[in-house]
Amino acid sequence: MNLDHLQLQQLWWIILSLVGALFLFMTFVQGGQTLLFTTARSAPERTLMVNALGRKWELTFTLLVLFGGAFFAAFPRFYAVSFSGAYWVWMLILITFVLQAVSFEFRSKAGNLFGARVYEGFLFINGSLGILALGAAIGTLFTGGNFLIDEFNLIRWGNPWHGLEALLVPFNVALGLVAVFLARVLGALYLVNSLRAEELTARLRRAAWKNLLPLVILIPFLLISWQTMTGYGYGESGEILAAAGKHWDNLFNLGLFGIGFFLIGAALTAGGAGLARFTASTKGIWLSGAGAILIGLALFLILGLEQTAFYPSLLDPASSLTIRNASSSRYTLAAMTWVALAVPVILGYVAYVWRLMNATPLSADDMDKDRHHSY
Amino acid sequence: MMETFDPAAVNWARAQFALTAMYHWMFVPLTLGLSFLLAFFETFYYKTGDPEWKRITRFWMRLFAVNFAIGIATGLILEFQFGTNWSNYSWMVGDIFGAPLAIEVLFAFFIEATFFAVMFFGWDRVSPRFHLFSTWMVAIGSSLSAVWILVANAWMQRPVGMVFNPDLARFEMQDIAAVITSPVAVSHFLHATSTSFVLSALFVLSVSSWYLLKGRYLRLAVRSVLVASVFGLLFSFLVILSGDQAAHNAARFQPMKLAAMEALYRGEKNAGLVAIGLLNPEKKPGDDRPVFHQAVHFPYLLSLLANRRLDTFVPGIDDLLYGNPAEGIVGVSEKMVLGNEALEQLTRYRQARKEKDEEAAAFHLAAFKKVEDHLGFAYLDGPEEAVPHVPILFYGFHVMVGLGFLFPLIFLLYLILALKNRLPRYRWLLRLGLLLVPLGFLASQLGWVVTEMGRQPWAIHHILPVKVAQSNLAAATVQSTFYIFLVLLTLLFVAEVRIMLSQIRIGPEEK
Ligand code: HDD
Ligand code: HEM
Ligand code: HEM
Repeated sequence: MNLDHLQLQQLWWIILSLVGALFLFMTFVQGGQTLLFTTARSAPERTLMVNALGRKWELTFTLLVLFGGAFFAAFPRFYAVSFSGAYWVWMLILITFVLQAVSFEFRSKAGNLFGARVYEGFLFINGSLGILALGAAIGTLFTGGNFLIDEFNLIRWGNPWHGLEALLVPFNVALGLVAVFLARVLGALYLVNSLRAEELTARLRRAAWKNLLPLVILIPFLLISWQTMTGYGYGESGEILAAAGKHWDNLFNLGLFGIGFFLIGAALTAGGAGLARFTASTKGIWLSGAGAILIGLALFLILGLEQTAFYPSLLDPASSLTIRNASSSRYTLAAMTWVALAVPVILGYVAYVWRLMNATPLSADDMDKDRHHSY
Repeated sequence: MMETFDPAAVNWARAQFALTAMYHWMFVPLTLGLSFLLAFFETFYYKTGDPEWKRITRFWMRLFAVNFAIGIATGLILEFQFGTNWSNYSWMVGDIFGAPLAIEVLFAFFIEATFFAVMFFGWDRVSPRFHLFSTWMVAIGSSLSAVWILVANAWMQRPVGMVFNPDLARFEMQDIAAVITSPVAVSHFLHATSTSFVLSALFVLSVSSWYLLKGRYLRLAVRSVLVASVFGLLFSFLVILSGDQAAHNAARFQPMKLAAMEALYRGEKNAGLVAIGLLNPEKKPGDDRPVFHQAVHFPYLLSLLANRRLDTFVPGIDDLLYGNPAEGIVGVSEKMVLGNEALEQLTRYRQARKEKDEEAAAFHLAAFKKVEDHLGFAYLDGPEEAVPHVPILFYGFHVMVGLGFLFPLIFLLYLILALKNRLPRYRWLLRLGLLLVPLGFLASQLGWVVTEMGRQPWAIHHILPVKVAQSNLAAATVQSTFYIFLVLLTLLFVAEVRIMLSQIRIGPEEK
């Protein structure tokens, strides 16, 4: 590995961006969970949706764990600062994911203590509140956190809300909502792709299109915010400098990888939903999915590259985190880069198994045939 | 590097970690072991084509799935907890500790997540061969996740392969191979997996015993008993061997832990191993009170266990605390002096760097390097703080070991009777068999309690005390999340147990 420390830091930011972007795509599971009460009209329909989503929820979940683990290994200071500082937001997110993890398996089983509706409610909470809070937490990477790191590396948080205050910042909420509605679009499209149930999929096609609408308002809002928001950059020696419209500038400085990915991503997302709404195609998920990945990449790349502080401190700008001051040692990053070479292999077998398992869409017959091994 | 520690916050954070880890460890051992049993059952089905084996596989698979889901839920809390509650830890050792966690996700969790879906839902969607392959991948994937998390934990018991970076005040990895191949990691892995296999075998025996008592599903029960008792018996030997290796490693790298496990206060040559003992609750380090009210010893065995030689010296708690020059043991009290020196030099070095006085910085750095190994000791309030909780360690260790020798006898008994087809007649044994699940869990949990409480007061052995590892949070905050998780996990646990019981009552599918 002949890369120097800075190159490795950049590489790892790119890897994390990719993981984050893939996670954004995989939130179709969460989005689908929020459609259970509105788009499905009967218990059998809900069961069908839960089972289609239930074949994929672990992948999404594991990507979240990977995102956490990779952040820990590559940028441990972020792990320490954000998780302990914005404590309550992360706890909220964790709890909704804990609820999700058991809900698929427990929902339809005898003796499950609460009954199916409650577990469906847990799934809804995970898909709505959980994703909103996660999006807002990512929003704080743009808008900043109330932390301060003293010379003993002690992390202080400037208010007793420990992160919940992030839910009051319009930009964070907007990003959270983008995540929620994007997930709903993707969820509907995934279900269209993997179910054989005519009436239900007709409704899902409409749902995909309808959930696009809020995005049409929210995404320009994000762009405008970037233009006006104070971002923080850093100079050659690492000192932190405030710069108005920093993220907006990054968007253009990164060219194809910034504004390019962002706009193409938005167009693809809309295209996928349109495909489902106006044609008989079931492939909308692949267009919109690619779109979500591109949007995710653009979001993360403008955050950490181009000499930008990816987690500004509102209390003490000098404490802001950058890929340089928050990262692991060169040795660790290099060792982990060897490990990351396994990623294509993993993507390969995940894709292979996905194709096998989704070769024929799921239908009500499948549910009757195998009551013992379905959710 | 903190000025103040809030003991209440540390204790709530510890309680929360213990709670969530112990819940995680209720489910993980079954995942580790049942996944292999499933793979065996399905392999028999694949080879013989006998549909009864398929029924058996699918029955145990259902129980596996219920357990698996809640195992994942608890694992997530654990992973993020390092950041939320132990932020200083995450910063100081994240450079080393984060890597195995990330590798675990990449090399293990993705295998599990991908192939679980095939194993559970793919019966009609993939070929029988690929299905069997997937079941094996789930088993292998789960054991792989044990490898990496245990590498991480072993590193906390015996930190190796790193160097202190005085400018950033953190540890940095220098040799990942040393971290992975640490002898503690090896014994941890062998012991934690083999005990999990044993625990799963006990689980299968218990459930099958119940069917035999009720006279239901006899064929399923007897076949399951046959496979599980062979599996359990074989791995019981590995449990004993690797447990012995674990204790030997404790003697080499964490002698204080071993001394507490055996309640050995005054070190001795030819030390004996306590078979059974009743501790004297009044006993304190350094005093002359007797350690036991009552005890039976196996002569010499402790020396053998600790040092692999009969006539060797095993240090006791008092030797380790106050030093024993005759045996070349430096006491904690002396190490605290060195630790304070290290902290002093480090502070001066950083001060000098800030003032750009490079000469002074070089001087203090050199002085720091001489004593840096003892830096962690600067944070102890007194030598006695270095002693872990002796009664918990002593009783916990002895109950675990006792059970470890009992289980193989039970497997043997079940195996013989099942082979002779006499099992249904031994109703007393079948009733006793119902107790095997709680006993197995008891041993398994105690193992971790011994491991982790024996590491106290250190989060990273001799490097980072637990109280320095915590986040800067108010005690009330951590207390609230402790109760939230207590209620949440307990409710989910109750639901899980009830689902398991009703699935067992429902039994396998009709033919
Ligand atoms: C069914 C469970 C079970 C059984 C029957 C045993 N153990 Fe165990 N033991 C564990 C479950 C366990 C565990 C939970 O899996 C631990 C915790 C950490 C680890 O690696 O394994 C453990 C840890 C552990 C440790 C502490 C290691 C350390 O601190 O690093 C020692 C010394 C032993 N064991 C020794 C034994 C011996 C000599 C046994 C029997 C003959 C035995 N154990 C049976
Ligand atoms: C799953 C099985 C495990 C169980 C049942 C378990 C149990 C415990 C218990 C009882 C404590 C509290 C000790 C005390 O405060 O006196 C604890 C603390 C802790 N354990 Fe574990 N543990 C497990 C696995 C692990 C692993 C694999 C790691 C690391 C990779 C780990 C890291 C820690 C840390 C950081 C603490 C908090 C600091 C401390 O109190 O020392 N544990 N665990
Ligand atoms: C502090 C310690 C630990 C942490 C942070 C941790 C973390 C996790 C996480 C995040 C998951 C969910 C993975 C997913 O997305 O599928 C998980 C599951 C799992 N963990 Fe742990 N874990 C710890 C201790 C252990 C130990 C000691 C073992 C085994 C020796 C273990 C074995 C497993 C296995 C086999 C699973 C698969 C799922 C299941 O059992 O349901 N973990 N763990």
